[in-house]
Amino acid sequence: MVKNNMGKFGFTISKGRQIDYDSNDRGIAAYIFEKEPSFRLCIECGGCSATCTTGNLTSFSLRELHILIKRGENDQVRQTIKKCMLCGKCTLVCPRGVNTRNIVVLAKQAFKKADEYAI
Amino acid sequence: MSKHVVVIGGGVAGLEVAGQLSKVGIEVSLIEKESNTGGHLNKWFKLFPDRRKSTEVKDYLDILTLNRGIKLLTNTTIEKFNRSRNSFSIITNEGKELTAEAIIVATGFDLFKSVRKEEYGYGIYNNVITSADLEEMFRKGAIVLTDGRVPETIGIVHCVGSRDEKVGNFYCSKLCCVTAVKQAIEIREQLPDSKVFCFYMDMRMGGAFYEELYREAQEKWGVNFIRGKVSEASETIENKLLIKVEDTLAGRPLKMKVDMLVLMAGMEMSEGGKKIAGMGGLKTGENRFFAAVDNHTGSNISNVEGVFYAGTCTAPMNITETISHARAAVIEVMDYLKDGKK
Amino acid sequence: MMPDGKKAIWNDYQKDIADDNYYYVRSCVRQNFFPGSETAFLKIMREELNKNVYEHPCHTSCSGIGYHSDIVPVETTMTVVARQFSLMTEAGYENLLPSCITSFGLYTEILDTWHHFPEVEEKVRRQLRKATGREFIKPKNLAHASDVIYKYRKEIAAKAKYRLINKNTGEPLKVVDHIGCHYAKMFPSKGVGGAEYPYVLAGMIEEWGGQVIDYPERRHCCGFGFRQYLVQANRGFSVACSKEKFESMMPFKPDMIITNCPGCPMFLDRWQYVINEMEGKKYGQNGEGIPVFTYEEVAGLVLGYDPWQLGLQMHQTDCEPVLDKIGIEYSPEDKYNLEIIPSFSESHNLINVSL
Repeated sequence: MVKNNMGKFGFTISKGRQIDYDSNDRGIAAYIFEKEPSFRLCIECGGCSATCTTGNLTSFSLRELHILIKRGENDQVRQTIKKCMLCGKCTLVCPRGVNTRNIVVLAKQAFKKADEYAI
Repeated sequence: MSKHVVVIGGGVAGLEVAGQLSKVGIEVSLIEKESNTGGHLNKWFKLFPDRRKSTEVKDYLDILTLNRGIKLLTNTTIEKFNRSRNSFSIITNEGKELTAEAIIVATGFDLFKSVRKEEYGYGIYNNVITSADLEEMFRKGAIVLTDGRVPETIGIVHCVGSRDEKVGNFYCSKLCCVTAVKQAIEIREQLPDSKVFCFYMDMRMGGAFYEELYREAQEKWGVNFIRGKVSEASETIENKLLIKVEDTLAGRPLKMKVDMLVLMAGMEMSEGGKKIAGMGGLKTGENRFFAAVDNHTGSNISNVEGVFYAGTCTAPMNITETISHARAAVIEVMDYLKDGKK
Repeated sequence: MMPDGKKAIWNDYQKDIADDNYYYVRSCVRQNFFPGSETAFLKIMREELNKNVYEHPCHTSCSGIGYHSDIVPVETTMTVVARQFSLMTEAGYENLLPSCITSFGLYTEILDTWHHFPEVEEKVRRQLRKATGREFIKPKNLAHASDVIYKYRKEIAAKAKYRLINKNTGEPLKVVDHIGCHYAKMFPSKGVGGAEYPYVLAGMIEEWGGQVIDYPERRHCCGFGFRQYLVQANRGFSVACSKEKFESMMPFKPDMIITNCPGCPMFLDRWQYVINEMEGKKYGQNGEGIPVFTYEEVAGLVLGYDPWQLGLQMHQTDCEPVLDKIGIEYSPEDKYNLEIIPSFSESHNLINVSL
C-alpha cells in the first residue's frame, strides 16, 4: 500500500539535487566519445549555444546538453536533444574543432538504441 | 673591475645571475640557506610545457656557474644587512662579514602551506597531497596511496592558496593551472587505467604552448575538466575522499569520490625574503612580494640604491621568465656599477 | 586519518572561557524538547563544580528565533539583546553564558556588529533608554554552556561513575558529535577548534572515554533553520538535511549522537521517527535508531544521574540501548513515573530567585 506521507505529515522529504557523479550511468557519453573523439576537446565555452538556431528560440542549450551527457544526467537530455534542427551552425563556431553536430546525431542514435529498441 | 656583488639565494634566478655576472668578470658571492643550490628546481621532475627533465636545466645552471670563481656559501643565512656610503655590509649567521658594491636579491618563493585550507584536510586525511608531493612521487616513479594501492580516480584542485581572500592571497599564482594539466597528463601516462579530474575556477594557460598542452590533456589523455571550486573534502568509510564541488556549467552541485586529491598549492613570498625586506628596508607590494620601482621598465630595481631583484621574489613566474629576469638583473647591475647610480 | 593534523588545527582555535561567576540565559524552547538538560547543567555547575551561576528571573528570549525567521527586524532583536545585557549589568555579572547555540551565535554577531559599527551600538543604547530607561555594559566574556562543560571536562571525568565505553566489548563507544551551525560557522575563531573540525564536543567525548566519528557529512546542517520548520510544507527540506547526515554516518555504525544546540538534537532525534514512518528506514544497528543526546545529558549520565530524571524518556529515539551498553543502572519501570522528577531540582535549590 502506498504511504500517504503528505496526508499524515503535510510534507514529503525533499530530493537532493546534487549530481551524484559516481552513481550516474555514463553509457551514452561513452558511446559518443568512442564514435566522435573530438567530443573530448569540448571546453563548454558556449560558442555553439550562442549561435544555435534552436537555442535562440527554445530552452535548448547545446552547451548544457554536452555537460549533462558527460555527467551522465541522461534523463535531462533524452527529450530535449530532439529539438536540434541539425543546421550545423554550432560546428562552424567551435574554437576547439569539435564536431558538435555529430555529437547530437550520435546522442539521438544512442538514446534510440538504449530506449526504443530495448523491449 | 674589482667590484663585488652578493647574490642572495641560490635557486634558478640566483644561479643564473651569479653565472652571468662572473662571465663578465664581476666577483660574485652566492649565499644559499640550504646545503645545496637549485632551490625548488630540485623538487620538480619534468617541466612544462614540453615535459623535459628538470635535471637538464639544473645541469645548464651548474655548468654556467662552474669554475668561474663564484664564492658559494651554503647553509648560510643573513643576520645583518647595512648600507654605508657606496657599499653594503652583510653579516652571515656564521659571523662572516661580506662587503659588496651591489646586492641581487633572488630569494624566490615558498609554496603555500596547504594545511591552512582546513576544508581540504591536508595533513588530516590520508591521500590529500600537494602538487609538490606528487612531483616527489613522479621522481620516485610510483604514484601510490598511503596503504600502497594504486589510485584509480584522482582529483586535482586548482587555486589552493591563490585567488583566495580567506588566506590573504588575492593574486593568481599563474603557474598552477599549467602544472595541473602537466601533472594530469603524467598521471594518465603512468596509470593508464586511472581517471583524472581537474577542478578549476578558470583555466589560466598564459604561456607558450600551455593551451596546446591543455588540448593534449583532453584529446590524447582524456583528462576531465570540471569548472567549479571544491568546497570540502571528507574521508569515507572506504578511505576514499568525498568531495563537493559546484559544477558551475551544469548549474548544480556535484559530489564524487576520489582515491587521491592533489592540491595545486600557490606561490607566496618566501620567509627568507620577508626577513631580508625587513632588514634592508625593501618595499613589498600588497601581494607581499618585493615591489620593484616600475612594473614595466624597472622590474629588477628596488627602492634601495644598489639592491636589485631577480626571479620569483618579485612575482610568480616560470623558469623561462625567471632566467630572463635574472639576465635583466645582470644588465641593471652592470649599468649601476659603471655609473654608481640607480 | 591523521589525528595529529586535527590537533594542530584545534590548537589554533582556542578561546577565552570564563572560569566562574556566570550569568546564565536560558533557551526559549529547550525546556520543551529536552527538559532535563538545563537543570542538569545547573546541577553540575553548582553542585559538582561549585560554580556561581546566576539566572535573572526577568530575562526574556533573545528573540534570535524571530530574527532568523524574518519575523523580528534586526534592530528590535538588538534592543532585546541590549536589555538582556542591562539585566546582567544590573545583577553585577560580566560573563554571559547562553544555553542556546543560536543565542550564542546571535550575541556573537551583535557584539561583532557593534564592534565594527559603533554608531549602531549608540543607536541601540538610545532605543533601549527610550523603551525601558535602561543602560548596559557589554559582556566581558561570552561562552556557550558547552564551552564551559568542555573547559571542565576533566573535572567531570574525575567524578564520573561511568565512561563512554561498551561494557561488553570494552571498546570505546562510537560517538558522532554534531555542532550547531551558529556555534562556529559564522565566526570560526569564536568556537573551540574552529569551524572545520570543532573540538568542543570531541574534547568531551575523548575525555569521557568515547571515540569520535568523522564522517563525510559531518559539517552538514541538521536542517533546523527556523523558516524551514515553522512552515509545515517546508519541513521536507529539514528532514532531507538530517537524512543526508544519517545516510552518511550509518556505515560508521555510531552508537550515539551528541549535539550542543537546542534544535539539532530535537531534529536528529525526531526526524529518525519521520524517516522511518515515511520510508521505513532505521539508521542504527539491530533495527534501532541512533539515540541523540545533549551534552548536558551525557555529562549527567557519566556522573551517574538517573536517566529519567535527566528527561531521556522524552526522546523519540529510545536511549536504552546506549544506557545498556554503558552499563548505567536505571529502573525501566520508572520511565514514565513523574513522581521522581521534582527531587532532581527542587531539593538542591537550583532555582535562584533574587531580585
